[in-house]
Amino acid sequence: MEVLSIQHVFKSYAGHKAVNDVTFSVREGTICGLLGPNGAGKTSLIRMITAITAADEGTILFRGEPLNHLHPNEIGYMPEERGLYKKMKVAEHLLYLAQLKGLTRDQAKQRVKEWLERLSIMDWRDKKVEDLSKGMSQKIQFIATVVHNPKLIILDEPFSGLDPINANLIRDEIFRLKELGASILFSTHRMEQVEEICEDIILMNKGKVVLSGEVTAIRNAYKEHAFLIKYTGVLPESHLNNRLTLIQPGKMKAQLHAGEKPGHFLGQLLQSGLEISGFEEILPSFNEIFIKKVAETNA
Amino acid sequence: MHKIWLVTQREYISRVTNKTFILTTLLTPVGIILFMAVMVWVMSTGSDTQKKITVSDPSGLLRENLEGRSNQIFTFSAESIDSLIQTYQPGIVDGILEIPALKDSTAVNYTYRYHADEQLALDEMEAIEDGIEARIRQYKMIKLGLDSAALKKLDTKVNMDPVSVHEDKKVSSMTSVVSSVLGGVVGYAMFFVILFYGMQVMRSVMEEKVNRIVEVLMSSLKPFELLMGKVMGVGLVGLTQIAMWAILIPLAITLGSTFFGLDSEPAMPMSGQAAAAADVVGKRDIAMFLTEVRSMNWMLILPLTLFYFLLGYFAYSALFAAIGSAVGEDVNEAGSLTLPVMLPLMISMYIGLSAVNAPNSSLAIWASMIPLVSSVVMPVRLPFDPPWWQIAVSVISLLVFAVLLIWIAARIYRVGILMYGKKASLKEIGKWLFYKG
Repeated sequence: MEVLSIQHVFKSYAGHKAVNDVTFSVREGTICGLLGPNGAGKTSLIRMITAITAADEGTILFRGEPLNHLHPNEIGYMPEERGLYKKMKVAEHLLYLAQLKGLTRDQAKQRVKEWLERLSIMDWRDKKVEDLSKGMSQKIQFIATVVHNPKLIILDEPFSGLDPINANLIRDEIFRLKELGASILFSTHRMEQVEEICEDIILMNKGKVVLSGEVTAIRNAYKEHAFLIKYTGVLPESHLNNRLTLIQPGKMKAQLHAGEKPGHFLGQLLQSGLEISGFEEILPSFNEIFIKKVAETNA
Repeated sequence: MHKIWLVTQREYISRVTNKTFILTTLLTPVGIILFMAVMVWVMSTGSDTQKKITVSDPSGLLRENLEGRSNQIFTFSAESIDSLIQTYQPGIVDGILEIPALKDSTAVNYTYRYHADEQLALDEMEAIEDGIEARIRQYKMIKLGLDSAALKKLDTKVNMDPVSVHEDKKVSSMTSVVSSVLGGVVGYAMFFVILFYGMQVMRSVMEEKVNRIVEVLMSSLKPFELLMGKVMGVGLVGLTQIAMWAILIPLAITLGSTFFGLDSEPAMPMSGQAAAAADVVGKRDIAMFLTEVRSMNWMLILPLTLFYFLLGYFAYSALFAAIGSAVGEDVNEAGSLTLPVMLPLMISMYIGLSAVNAPNSSLAIWASMIPLVSSVVMPVRLPFDPPWWQIAVSVISLLVFAVLLIWIAARIYRVGILMYGKKASLKEIGKWLFYKG
């Protein structure tokens, strides 16, 4: 089932088409990456999904129903530009935001306590927000986003400003929430995070979706039949040709023809007497795919 | 509605527990006492040094008696004026008063001289002139053979006793006094309260936009809910502060007068009407004043004043919020955009003050029916018992206009709070009104 379905959505600001006929969906219980350069229309799109603004045209379905005023209580949104009231105390602040998401005061108290314990920041509950470090504020914002057990969690650059330890902590929480059934729409510029975290991606540029689908399928579609071969010993120069190029001593790249069987190619190499210690396919990084697609659509 | 209430609560609690709020609420009454003390001190310093003045009155016009201020000591001397001037030493004697003879008992002008190296203060000079005038009057009465008892009979104290033509209209000699005091106080209070707390709403919106919490909030509630919650929360803070001052300030003044022996009357700066009223009260019966206060139609005045205050406050602070949302962190920009909103408020206050003097002038009548302006002017006119149809027109027009203004402000606010970077011109803000969703 799809937790979110965007169908032919348009949004313009003062004549500028921020979102131009966008269609995609997010499968329930998956992590979906929403990628795109600055100004691609990601924030405009997210604002419509969170019902902050309305679409000029098109339909947004949340769990099969057209988006209505009750749905935001089932969505958690952590914007890229995020802030907190500086003068409020941590627990008080979380309680307020949780209640705004429709929890009763008692429910909110219980959940806030659970989350503060989970992220080991119970000692900070009576500290004022202005006394927190940036990383600590990020954790508070993360709690505020998920405290009401949303079905859909939208995270815009959730790791920015976090040190590796806290980034890992948050990443593990994201995976745990996914295991518990939440769906996550994850917006970022950091491509290595996409490969690591996301199952599906949507790539936007200039208000349009330029690429979407499962991460493995996309990488497979963009693969160039290239393989990395690790070897030991001395490589006879006669081996190198236009299909085999040396990367550094011990590593070379093999370029196969489309449809050529890698096993067959490897067999030929082994027969030639070369000591091979590793053989793996070189898949294009998302960074490359991203840059390539954006360049294509900009052209 | 629940979310509006949550926002109201947060705004209220975070403000009333704020140190600045507690300090201003408690220190204002203390400040008033200090102000009173300083005023009393300033006013008394001019007169506390003793002035020794020698009087030369060879013709005996004053008959060795002259009343001046309490710090003026007059010594009548038989020496000639020339010798007095020759022996004059500043420090021993401050000045010499030369009283020439009154040549004609019917003269209407009289000039005396004051010989000194230091000029007398204005009030000291006036005191001496009043004293001399009184003595000359007595001198003339004796010379002209007038009987002072007979003369007193010529004076008549005139009082007006207003009588209403229709039974349902109540008028008394105190009506206009009480109404003026009430109207003046209400007019001033409305202006300052609307301005002060409206500005707080604006600053709060700017703060939310600048620290970027607003996008988080927007995914949880509608801009209108946030706006209304904020306006209500700050409004309640205002009411709390006013209520506390209403208790603390009279208490502080009482304590101040008891412990420091301060006389609150000269220290309290009063408007012309209030001063006149206080004067009248002093002369007439205070009980009459209180009876008049009690006999006013409070059942109409109180709820209506509250209505005008609430609608005025809501409309103005929603506009201030809209401005705050459009400018974000640029305080200077906020200044230039608040001017169009401040202008009607300033005009209202001035019309309100003139309405205290002339509550039934055509300016006051029209202004009390023009929306927004009416929120300050009508409460001023209410104690003067304006016709019911004017109240009706005023209430309905204000209600309609306030709802319209809040709607406009909410639409500007909705777009403004999520706009960053770009400076919004008035023209652009106008376009925001028609943005969809």
